[in-house]
Amino acid sequence: MTSRKLLAAVLAGSLAAMSACGSGFDDKSTTSQQSAGPADLQIMIASSGDAETKAVQAAAAKWATGSGNKATIVPAQDIVQQLGQGLAGSNPPDVFYVDAARFADYASVGALEPYAQGLSDSQAFLPNLRQSFTYEGKLYCLPKDTSTLALQINTGLWQKAGLTDADIPTTWDQLRTTAQKIKAKGITPLAVGDTRDRLGAFLVQGGGWWVSPDGKQATADTPQNEQALTYVQGLLKDGLAKYPKALDAGWAGEAFGQGKVAMTIEGNWIKGALSADFPAIKYTVKELPAGPKGKGTLSFTQCWGVAAKSKFKQQAVAFVQAMTTADEQLSFAKAFGVMPSRQDAQATYQQQYPDDAAFVAGAQYAQGPVNAPKMDSVLADLDAGLQGLQNGNPKAVLQRFDKNAKTALGG
Amino acid sequence: MARGIRGNERAAGWLFVAPVVIILGLFMLLPILMALWVSLTRWNGQGSPFTGDVPFAGAGNYTRLFTDEGLTRQDFMTSIRNNAYYVFFVVPIQTVLALGLAVVVNKRKAFFRSAFYFPSVTSSVAISVVFLFMFANSGAINAILGVFGISGPQWFSDPRGLIHLFLDWIGLVDVNAPPSVLTGHGLFGLSWWEWTAGPSVAMCAIISLVVWTTSGTFMLMYLAALQNVPVQLEEAGMIDGASRWQRFRHITLPSLRPTTFLVVTLGLIGTWQVFDQIYVMSQGNPAKTTLTPAYLSYRTAFRDFDYGSGAAISFVLFLIIVLLTLLQRRLTRERA
Repeated sequence: MTSRKLLAAVLAGSLAAMSACGSGFDDKSTTSQQSAGPADLQIMIASSGDAETKAVQAAAAKWATGSGNKATIVPAQDIVQQLGQGLAGSNPPDVFYVDAARFADYASVGALEPYAQGLSDSQAFLPNLRQSFTYEGKLYCLPKDTSTLALQINTGLWQKAGLTDADIPTTWDQLRTTAQKIKAKGITPLAVGDTRDRLGAFLVQGGGWWVSPDGKQATADTPQNEQALTYVQGLLKDGLAKYPKALDAGWAGEAFGQGKVAMTIEGNWIKGALSADFPAIKYTVKELPAGPKGKGTLSFTQCWGVAAKSKFKQQAVAFVQAMTTADEQLSFAKAFGVMPSRQDAQATYQQQYPDDAAFVAGAQYAQGPVNAPKMDSVLADLDAGLQGLQNGNPKAVLQRFDKNAKTALGG
Repeated sequence: MARGIRGNERAAGWLFVAPVVIILGLFMLLPILMALWVSLTRWNGQGSPFTGDVPFAGAGNYTRLFTDEGLTRQDFMTSIRNNAYYVFFVVPIQTVLALGLAVVVNKRKAFFRSAFYFPSVTSSVAISVVFLFMFANSGAINAILGVFGISGPQWFSDPRGLIHLFLDWIGLVDVNAPPSVLTGHGLFGLSWWEWTAGPSVAMCAIISLVVWTTSGTFMLMYLAALQNVPVQLEEAGMIDGASRWQRFRHITLPSLRPTTFLVVTLGLIGTWQVFDQIYVMSQGNPAKTTLTPAYLSYRTAFRDFDYGSGAAISFVLFLIIVLLTLLQRRLTRERA
């Protein structure tokens, strides 16, 4: 009897507290109050490391003193989760990094302010990067920087296998024959990551892609894509390419740095990783071999997102503009090795870093990540299929993706 | 009824329990009720879920897990399968191991007690990282197997199921060409072939880690219970001429029944909620064979912004745990 009453009392109390909480969270005003004047900006970044955090902090401090605002940089441990909490509490950071692979999720739920749409300066950025941050015809945010995939070649192993510059593969067929020559010398030819973020490049070279350009249709199950995956499967089956895990490495760059493979396919970040962990290795970077439909690579990028719920949108946009000038991008490039996302800055970058020519060239024809909301679990499922590609059926992997993507995109 | 000689005791009673009621209500009951509400909506994580703008989904998030064909159900059922095998292996092994360790150290020096308990007080994240190195392809485990001439598997990239491998080994089926009887039919979107996979090689590494870390904790519980078994019973058994095994089987083990119940219950609850090891070591890979409901719930909510589905998964998980605990309680009671 008493315990039942107690339970009832607790329940009643909780419900009362819940409704109180509910009204506390309540935000009727859909457009948040804008404040003019000096702003206190919160900027959340998913930093690649100390160098990036320090560089962004210094740039933000310079902007803050110059404009009379305050700017606090918050380096996030897990930006997706921390942003999720901020957005759920209606108190997101004013400016934050948005990864191209997650962009559509944020844009589709209205978390982002489409500030870049009206900026005249936006044309200065690479077209394929702008495409990565366009949702339903609107350009939401300015790309911070970019990286592309290229082919890294271990020059030591290359010579050991008796190969010269003439053997550097520029087509799929050459990649295969060169790999066979390397394998004949007892060296593993190629390490390639077992995800869509690496193998997808072969699809682009073959003339296909997972989804249509507007991100509304699943287009995986095509002869071009099947040909691309079958080609990769052939490399895996014949031991000409291996996934990093089979080489006992966390990622392909590690296997490459350890000198276990002659070639790998990675992005700009491999420079920093190799010079930090494997400073002795000698290598060159070339563009990825072209497929039946020409050259193709993937681009990875993040943008400076401005929260739709920010109180200081105007100042936030001013901050982003200051961070994306050509000069600032070049100084970021110097500080932590990223490639500028502006076309005018890229020209200068190429002069300053001639070794990166392959990455810069790739930026012109690169394909961004799948730009559609609610695709994360579909893409994770695709990765599971790609992990088992060696013994799997390429067509089945593609069909399965189409089936799952259709549900996610349609609903 | 509550009116004692010192006047109304009810108010005083409420006053004394108020701190606990408030704390439990505010930090346990209330969040649970809020999560229950979220599981009935299609909240996308923007603003408060307790406004009228949030679309109400009814039981939609729950039915999608069971009746609608699609990736959601497939992922959920895969995670249930993985976790069921995980529980099936971890709980018996860790219980037996804990009992064995307790019996061994019962009369020994404190050093061994601390040594066996040590894994339990270490951070599970730190241990997970150490195990990642041990189970690396050229790590300690494969090096030891190599001494015996066995070439170890690529632990964390091997999605093949143990039962499949066993059936393949005895020649009953071929893993690369599974019988169509099993692949053609299924339940809840997974074919019987997939249901009967058993824990994957990658999951086995996680199973061994968890057994190693938690058996120390449960050993401590058994140890406490062992020290409470009256010496007289043991001596009476000796006088009656019972052998060592008979004394263990018919005297010690029955006296430990309440502890066994506790250990198995805690084991069941803990294993169904496994999260941190998965998060650190495998993230559900390879080929989703280490996906568990707890991790799937997290991923659905925080990666897909599908907070409703994520909350629904955790409530189904909660129900599974409650039902299994009740079942287990009934089973142990009948035996008594």
